[in-house]
Amino acid sequence: MGDYRGFWVFIEQLQGRVSDVGLELLGKARELADATNTYVGALLLGDFSKAKAKELISYGADKVYLFSHEKLATYHSLAYTKLVCQAVTQEKPEALFIGATPLGANLAPRVAAQLETGLSAHCVDLRLGEDGILEQIVPGFGGTMMAVIICPEKRPQMATVMPGVFPKPEPQDRQGEVISMAVEITEKDLVPRVVEFKAKEQKTVALDGASVVVCGGYGMGSKENWQLLEELARLLGGAVGATRPAVDEGWAPEEVMIGQSGKIVHPKLYIGAGVSGIMHHVVGVQDSEIIVVINKDPNAPFFQVCDFGVVGDATQVLPAFIGKLKERQKRACDFLSIETPQMNEGPYSPDSKGDSQ
Amino acid sequence: MKVVVFCKSVPDTETRVRLKDNRLDKSEIKYILNPYDEYAVEEAVRMKEGGKAEEVIAISMGPERAKEALRSALAIGADRGILIKDDALDGSDTYVTAKVLVKALEKDGLEYGMLLFGQQAIDGDTWHVPGQVAEMLGLPQTGSIIKLEVDPDGGKAVANRMVEGGEEVHEMALPCVVTCRKGLNEPRYPSLPNIMKAKKKPIQEYSVSDLGFSAEDVGKAGALTEVLSYALPPQKEAGKKVEGEPEEVAQALLQYLKEEIKVI
Ligand SMILES: Cc1cc2nc3c(=O)[nH]c(=O)nc-3n(C[C@H](O)[C@H](O)[C@H](O)COP(=O)(O)OP(=O)(O)OC[C@H]3O[C@@H](n4cnc5c(N)ncnc54)[C@H](O)[C@@H]3O)c2cc1C
Repeated sequence: MGDYRGFWVFIEQLQGRVSDVGLELLGKARELADATNTYVGALLLGDFSKAKAKELISYGADKVYLFSHEKLATYHSLAYTKLVCQAVTQEKPEALFIGATPLGANLAPRVAAQLETGLSAHCVDLRLGEDGILEQIVPGFGGTMMAVIICPEKRPQMATVMPGVFPKPEPQDRQGEVISMAVEITEKDLVPRVVEFKAKEQKTVALDGASVVVCGGYGMGSKENWQLLEELARLLGGAVGATRPAVDEGWAPEEVMIGQSGKIVHPKLYIGAGVSGIMHHVVGVQDSEIIVVINKDPNAPFFQVCDFGVVGDATQVLPAFIGKLKERQKRACDFLSIETPQMNEGPYSPDSKGDSQ
Repeated sequence: MKVVVFCKSVPDTETRVRLKDNRLDKSEIKYILNPYDEYAVEEAVRMKEGGKAEEVIAISMGPERAKEALRSALAIGADRGILIKDDALDGSDTYVTAKVLVKALEKDGLEYGMLLFGQQAIDGDTWHVPGQVAEMLGLPQTGSIIKLEVDPDGGKAVANRMVEGGEEVHEMALPCVVTCRKGLNEPRYPSLPNIMKAKKKPIQEYSVSDLGFSAEDVGKAGALTEVLSYALPPQKEAGKKVEGEPEEVAQALLQYLKEEIKVI
C-alpha cells in the first residue's frame, strides 16, 4: 500500500459555516500523520475563497484541496461524491475521515462504494496498529466490548466519526498550501435538486456544552419519575439526557439521547440514574470529569467506570438528594438574607431562573 | 411503477441489551422487522393504495429468520418477497450486503421506480447500505425524510427532510432511493386476516451461486472490512461506592460533590 499516503478529512460545511466535526478530525489526523511522518489533507467543497480555505491550515492541515463553485454551496450527493472520488483517485490518501452526521451518512457510503473500499461507521476512536494500519474503534458485541475494525486490503481506509469524540484543536500559526481543484460538474450532478429550504427556529439542545448532565435510563421506570431528573438538572443548572430505551419509552426526545448513536457530552459532572452502563451509552459520557452512577443493581457495569456510585433505588435516592440540595440553597439564601434563590456564581451554581432547558 | 422496500431482520432486544452476570444474555432475543424499515414498507403500501405504485416488493438478505421480517412486510401490504439466504453470507460487511442486494434486483429483472430503505438498522446502525446501493446503481438518493410525494407519470419524487436549521425539500427524477424515519407516517398494525394472507404470498429465494457469486465474493471472505479483535472498554480505577438508606446515600453524595470535588 506504499503509494497511498496522507490522512484526509472531509470538511463539512452548512451554509458556508464549517462544522466543528471537520476541525476535530483535522486534530486527530494531525496526530496520526505526525506519528507516521506523513501529511494531513483537508477536502473543502463549497463557495469559498482561498483565504477562507487557508484557515484550515491553522487547525492542522498541510494541504487544503479546495473545490470552489457557487453550486457547491449546498450539498448535492452526486456532485460531492464525484469530486471527492476524483481527488482521492488522483492524490491517493491512505485514509479518509468523514463526520458521522446526516450529510456524512449520505456521502461516505457513496464514496466508499464508488472507490470499492471498506467503510466503518460511527467510530469513537481511531489509532494506528503496529503495522501502520488504521484501527477503527466502535462499540460491538452488544455493547459489552469495543470492536477494532480494520480495512486490510483496500485504500483509502474510510471511517465516519461521531462529532464530539475528539477535541477541537486550537488554531496555530502553521504553514501549508491551498490547492485549487478544477470543478467540472453539470446539471446532471446537481442531484437531488434542493427546491426549497424552510428555515425553522432551531430548538437549541441544552445538552451541548452543559457543564452538568443528569441522565436517565430505563430504570427510571416512568414519565412521572422522569420529572425528578428535570428538577435535579434545574437545581444544578444542568441539562437532562437520556439513554436509548428511555427515548424509546417516550420519556425524553430523541435529541437528548446520549451515546454512540446520539450525542457525545463532556460535562464537568455527569449523573446517570437507572442507567446500566452498556458501552453504546458509555462512549458518549466517558470524557466527563466526574461520573456519578445511581443504580439499584450493585453489579451494574456502569459502576466499573464511575467516580462515585450509589447503590440504591433512583426513585428514592433522587428525591432525598433533591431535598438536601434545596435545603442547602435555602440556607444559603437565609444567610445572605436575599429572597430570590440566587447562588454564588460558577459552573455548578444552580440556575436561579431555572430556564436553562 | 414498482417499488422495492429493503427489510432487515434485527434482534428486538438489541435496544435493551440484557446483561446476566455481566454477560450478554442471548436466550430471550426475539427477531423483528427493523422498526425503521416499517416506515418504508408503510409508505410503499400507501403509494400502492393511492394508485401510484402497482407492486410492492420486499427484499431481504439474511438467515432463515429474515423470512419472518419479510412476512411482517407482506402483512403490512407488500405483494411479494425476495430473500437472499446462504451460509456463505455470514460475516458480510455493508459493502458486500449492498453488492448482493443489487445483484438480486438485477437477477429478478424487475423494473423499479423507487427503492425505499429505513434510514438505519437498530443492530448495526451504520446508515450506510442505502448509500452504497444507490451508488452501485447510479441512482440519486435522499435520506431521513418526513414527507414524500411521488409523481410516477411526471417521473419525479419530492421529499422533505429535516436538516440543521430547518427543512429541505429535495426533488429527484425516478428511479431514486429514499431512506425513511419516524415522522414520515404511522405504520399500521397488520390485521389478523392480513397476517394470514401474508403467509400465502410468494417469497422468491436466491442462494449466492444463483446470483453468480462464489463463496469468496461474499461473507467474511468478500468483506472489505474485518473485525480485528474485541477489546475490553477502557477501565477506570474503581471509584467510591456507597450503599444504604436513601437519606444516607443522598447525604454521602452531597458530601462528595461538596467537599471532595467541590462542585456544589
Ligand atoms: C448499534 C447500537 C447503538 C446504540 N446506541 C445507543 C446510544 O447511542 N445511546 C444509548 O443510550 N443506547 C444505545 N444503544 C442501546 C444500548 O445497547 C443499551 O441498550 C442502552 O444504553 C441501555 O440503556 P439503559 O441503561 O437505560 O437500560 P437498561 O440496560 O435496561 O438498564 C436499566 C438499568 O436501570 C437499573 N434500574 C432499574 N430500576 C432502577 C431503579 N428504580 N433505581 C435505580 N436503578 C434502576 C437496572 O439495574 C439497570 O442497570 C445502542 C444499541 C445498539 C445495538
